Amino acid sequence: MASLNKSTFFRSFLSYLPIILLFFSVFNEFDFNYLKLDYFSFNFIFILIFFWTLRNPDYLGYFSIFLAGIVNDVVIGIPIGISSFCYLLICAITSYIRQITLSPKFINDWLSFIVAVFLINSIQVTILDLIFLYQVDYMSYLINSGFTFLFYPLFFILFNILNSKISLKKND
Amino acid sequence: MVKGRDDFVIALRSAFFKKKDKQKFSLISLIVLSIFIIVLSNFNFKPIQLVKLGINELIYRSSYILSIPENKIKEATSKFKLHLELYENHQSKLIQIENSDEIKVLNNILTAENKRLRELIDESINSEEIFARVIIDRESPYLKSIVLNRGSKDNVKIGMAIMDRNYLVGQIIEVNYSNSRALLLSDLNSKIPVIIQPPFLQAVASGTGKNYGIIEYTKDEYKENQIEKEAVVYTSGLGGIFKPGIPVGKITNNSEQLTFFSDFGQLSFVKIVEFKIGEGQ
Repeated sequence: MASLNKSTFFRSFLSYLPIILLFFSVFNEFDFNYLKLDYFSFNFIFILIFFWTLRNPDYLGYFSIFLAGIVNDVVIGIPIGISSFCYLLICAITSYIRQITLSPKFINDWLSFIVAVFLINSIQVTILDLIFLYQVDYMSYLINSGFTFLFYPLFFILFNILNSKISLKKND
Repeated sequence: MVKGRDDFVIALRSAFFKKKDKQKFSLISLIVLSIFIIVLSNFNFKPIQLVKLGINELIYRSSYILSIPENKIKEATSKFKLHLELYENHQSKLIQIENSDEIKVLNNILTAENKRLRELIDESINSEEIFARVIIDRESPYLKSIVLNRGSKDNVKIGMAIMDRNYLVGQIIEVNYSNSRALLLSDLNSKIPVIIQPPFLQAVASGTGKNYGIIEYTKDEYKENQIEKEAVVYTSGLGGIFKPGIPVGKITNNSEQLTFFSDFGQLSFVKIVEFKIGEGQ
């Protein structure tokens, strides 16, 4: 009985893990800055949203993503709504890829991801620089996009394991 | 060709308008909502400002609680680093202690002289200090700022200086009821009028988005190797926001790179200071 209860708890915990990770990351602005490595930063949230909305959108709702964007804007101090807009554009891209792809392949996902990251970061920079007149460091954005792209395969493997566990539990 | 375009439109339409079983909102409605929020946040209407303040209060508090584990890791990393650098730090501190008594005596006489000269020209500088704890220290690659646990209820106002011990670290840019946000000197959007001493040159210290700043808009002699070894950068007091003479950082070997005295990654408690510069007492 105890193991059954434990299994139910574990099952629900796993299914909520993408949302928990998303909110934990936006509240913490998860960027490894305390390592004090110059130029090193990557956007974990982009990877998380891209993977889950592409591979298993049932576990990461659009409304949660929208709220996470609002939280992110407040925490990092940029005008409210920008991150939500960018995150939802990632969802739009993944949704479009899902519509046109029959059998998903890692390499296709990875290549689409780099296009998505550069597109979204360009939109974010344009809004901040041209509309809100914030001075932004283009090099930081470029390096951040590069590392985000490079880290995708690592998180792809981890999230894939998690996804298969969630799917397995669901089909039990 | 027409068929291909139709497929594209169908895929696009279902991507934006179709809701999946577990999605409560369509993508297009949320995108429109976020654009609406971006536009609204551009206006300075009272109700929008109040909603914004409420959201800020709630999120800053939650972020502070959720950041506790990350802050512990940060603290542990910093302690570990300090242990590694213990011997070197000890040696440099010994040299500093040897010189400090001499500097202290000199400083006392200069302070007294400065006070007397200010009285002669009938000028006074008063300051009010509020001590604050750093609740969010998010040095993201995009914005270098900190959130403090003092707000409008503690009389914090936009433009007040943020100091770590006697060093300038930033300026208040946003005030909520019980907390406020300060822009650090290292942020790309930060620009303050300064004096380079020696050779007493007016300049502007700008943030770079990294851990150092740069010196801009100064006289040509600065570029013509006038600074041989090391020069200290102080606030010039122009603009009337900061008092003149607050140490900001130092520049070495005629470079334009400004090394800040304070380590912005290690701020836990700071002073929020308002300077009242005026005539008489």
